[in-house]
Amino acid sequence: MKNRKFVLLFALLLSLGMLLAACGGGDSGEGSTDSEAASDNEGNESGEEASTDFSAGMVTDVGGVDDKSFNQSAWEGLKAWGEEHSLEKGKGFDYAQSNSDSDYLPNLNTLVREEYNLVFGIGYKLEDAIKDVAEQYPDTNFAIVDSVVEGDNIASITFADHEGSFLAGVAAAKKTKTNKVGFVGGTDSDLINKFESGFRAGVKTVNPDIEIDVQYAGAFDAPDDGKLIASNMYSNEIDVIYHSSGATGNGVFAQAKDIKNNEPDREIWVIGVDRDQYAEGEIGDHNVTLTSMIKRVDNSVQEVSNQAMNGDFPGGEALEFGVEDEGVGLADTNEEAYTEEISGAVDEWKQKIIDGEVEVPQTHDELDDYLDSL
Amino acid sequence: MGLVDLLQSIIPPALFFSAPLIFTALGGVFSERSGVVNIGLEGLMVMGAFVGIIFNLTFGDALGVWAPWVSIFVAMVVSALFSVIHAVAAVSFRADQVVSGVAINFLALGLGVFLTKQWYGRGQTDMVSHQFFTRDIPFLSDIPVIGDIFFQGIYWTSYLAIALSFVAWYVLYKTPFGLRLRSVGEHPMAADTNGISVYKMRYIAVILSGALGGLGGSVFALTIALNFSHATIVGQGFMSLAAVIFGKWHPLGAMGAALFFGFAQSLSVISGGVPVLEDVPQVFLLIAPYILTILALAGFIGRAEAPRANGEPYIKGTR
Repeated sequence: MKNRKFVLLFALLLSLGMLLAACGGGDSGEGSTDSEAASDNEGNESGEEASTDFSAGMVTDVGGVDDKSFNQSAWEGLKAWGEEHSLEKGKGFDYAQSNSDSDYLPNLNTLVREEYNLVFGIGYKLEDAIKDVAEQYPDTNFAIVDSVVEGDNIASITFADHEGSFLAGVAAAKKTKTNKVGFVGGTDSDLINKFESGFRAGVKTVNPDIEIDVQYAGAFDAPDDGKLIASNMYSNEIDVIYHSSGATGNGVFAQAKDIKNNEPDREIWVIGVDRDQYAEGEIGDHNVTLTSMIKRVDNSVQEVSNQAMNGDFPGGEALEFGVEDEGVGLADTNEEAYTEEISGAVDEWKQKIIDGEVEVPQTHDELDDYLDSL
Repeated sequence: MGLVDLLQSIIPPALFFSAPLIFTALGGVFSERSGVVNIGLEGLMVMGAFVGIIFNLTFGDALGVWAPWVSIFVAMVVSALFSVIHAVAAVSFRADQVVSGVAINFLALGLGVFLTKQWYGRGQTDMVSHQFFTRDIPFLSDIPVIGDIFFQGIYWTSYLAIALSFVAWYVLYKTPFGLRLRSVGEHPMAADTNGISVYKMRYIAVILSGALGGLGGSVFALTIALNFSHATIVGQGFMSLAAVIFGKWHPLGAMGAALFFGFAQSLSVISGGVPVLEDVPQVFLLIAPYILTILALAGFIGRAEAPRANGEPYIKGTR
C-alpha cells in the first residue's frame, strides 16, 4: 500500500515536469491575460488618447521577445511604432509569446479574435500557421518576417541577406592579413546560399586574390561541428570567419576565443549574423567579433505597420528590405577592430549598391556570372 | 598535406569533440551493465550543461581560474541527484526503463529552458567568460611528431575523459564492486542469492551514470557551446548511447567508439584537403559512425551482446 502512494507521488512529479516543460516562458501567462484584460477595456475607453484606432500585434516564435534576436528586434519595432502614435501596450499593440511550435495557431487566432488589424508572425517557422489563419480571416492583415507566404492579406517581409553579406565580405577582405577567409553556413539551403554568395562576391570584389573556404555544418544547432570547422579553418591560416549558422556559430566563437586566450597577439576574427554579436566575442580585454551582419527587423515592422495604418498595406507582396532602407547593415560596436578604413570601404560599397552600380548575386549561378564579370 | 600535418589537424579537434561523449558513454556503460537501460543520457547531459553554465555565470567571477572545474563538479552532483528519479522509477517501481528515460529527457530540457527563462528572462543565457581553454602540455609538447599531435592545444578535460575510461574499466573489471555491478546486470537473481543487494547496486549504477552524464554535458557546455539554450545539447546523449552499444558495453570500447565518432566528424570537416577522401561526398563521412553502429547492432562487426538482464526490472522472489 505504501508503495502505491509513492507511485502516485512519482507520477505527479513527472507530470509536473511535463507541465513545467509545457509552459516554458514565465511571462506567457501574464502576456495573454494582459491582452485579454486589455480587450475587455477597449470597449469602454476605445482610443481616448490614441491618435488612431488601428492596432497591430505580433506572435513570437519560441525565442520570446527578449531573445536578443529576431523577436526582440520585432517587438522593439512594434513598440517604437506604438510610441510614434502614442499607443500603449495592450491597447493598440501587443505580442503573444509562443512556447512551442504548437502555440502558433492558437496565438494567431487569439490576436485575430481580439480584433487586431495587423498581425505579424515572427520567423519562418510560422509560415504554415499564418497561411492557415490568413485564409480563415480574410479581413485581417497579416505579415510574416523572414519568409514568403502567398495570400492577398499577407505581406512577406524578407531581408536582402546577400547585400548585408556583401558588406561583411568587404569588411573581411579589408581585415584579413593572410588573404584567407572562411564562411560557415548552417544548412546548405537557398537561404544560406544567399549569404554565402553575397559574402564571396564582397570579398572577391575588394581583392580577387583572397581565398575563401566555404563549409556547411549541416545544422543550426551543432556548436560542436561549428567548433570543428572553425578549428580547422583557423589552423589553415584563415583569419576571418563569417558565420551564418545560428547556434552552430557559438562553436566558431568558442574556438576563436580559445585561440585568442592562448595567443593574445594573433589576429583572428569572427563576423556575427542576424544581430550584433559583440557580447559573444568578448574574451578578457579582447574581442574577436569584428562586426555583425544585422537584420533590422525593427525598422521593417515599424514601416509595414505604418503602411497598413495609412491604408496601403502591401498585401500579397514580398517586400525585401535591403541596405537602402536600412534593412540590413553592419554593426560598428567593436571600434578597435572595425577601423575607419574598413567602415569607409563598407560605406563606399553600400553607396554603390544603393546606386545600383553593383548587383549583388543571390545564388551560386549568379555568383559565377558575377565573378566572371570582375 | 603531409601525414603529420593531417593528424595534427584531425586529432586535437577529434579529442575535444569526443570528450563529452566519452564521459556520458561511461555513464551509460555503468547503468546498462547493472541492467538499467538509460535512454535518459541526453537529459542528464542537458541537466549537466544547464547547471554548469548557470553555476559558472553566477559564481565564475568569485572563483576565477577554478570556476570551470567547480562548475563541472557541481553539475555532476546535481545530475547525479536528478538521475535518482530514473533510478526510483526503473528500479524501485519497475517502470518501463525506456519510458522513464524518455521522461528524463523531457523533464531535463523543459526544466532547463523554463528556469533559464525565469532567471534570465529569455530563451538563452549569456555566454560564460570562465570556460575551459586549451593548453600545451609542458615538456611533452616538445616531443617531435607525437608532441604536436597529442599534447598541443588540447583541453585538460579530454585527457580526463580518457583517464576516466581506464578508471571505469578498472572499477568494473578488477574490483569486487565491479563484479557485483556486472552480476546484477547479467543474472540478478543469482546475485541476490549470493547476498548482493540488486536494488542498491542498480541505484548506485544509475546515480553514477547521472554524475558522468552531467559531467559530459557540462564539459560540452564549457568547452564548445559556452551558453545554455534549447539548442545546446541536441543528440549528443544519443550519440553517447550509440557509443555504448558500438563499444559493446565496455568502458574502453565506449571510449574507442566515442573517439571514433569524433575522428569521423573531424575527418569529414577537413576531407577537402585529403587525397581519396576529397572525392567522397561529405555526407557519407558524417553518417559513417551511425551506419557502423547499426551494423554493430545487427551483428556484422562481432557480436554486440548486451548485458543479459538489461532492461528487465528485478522482482525479488520471482524466477
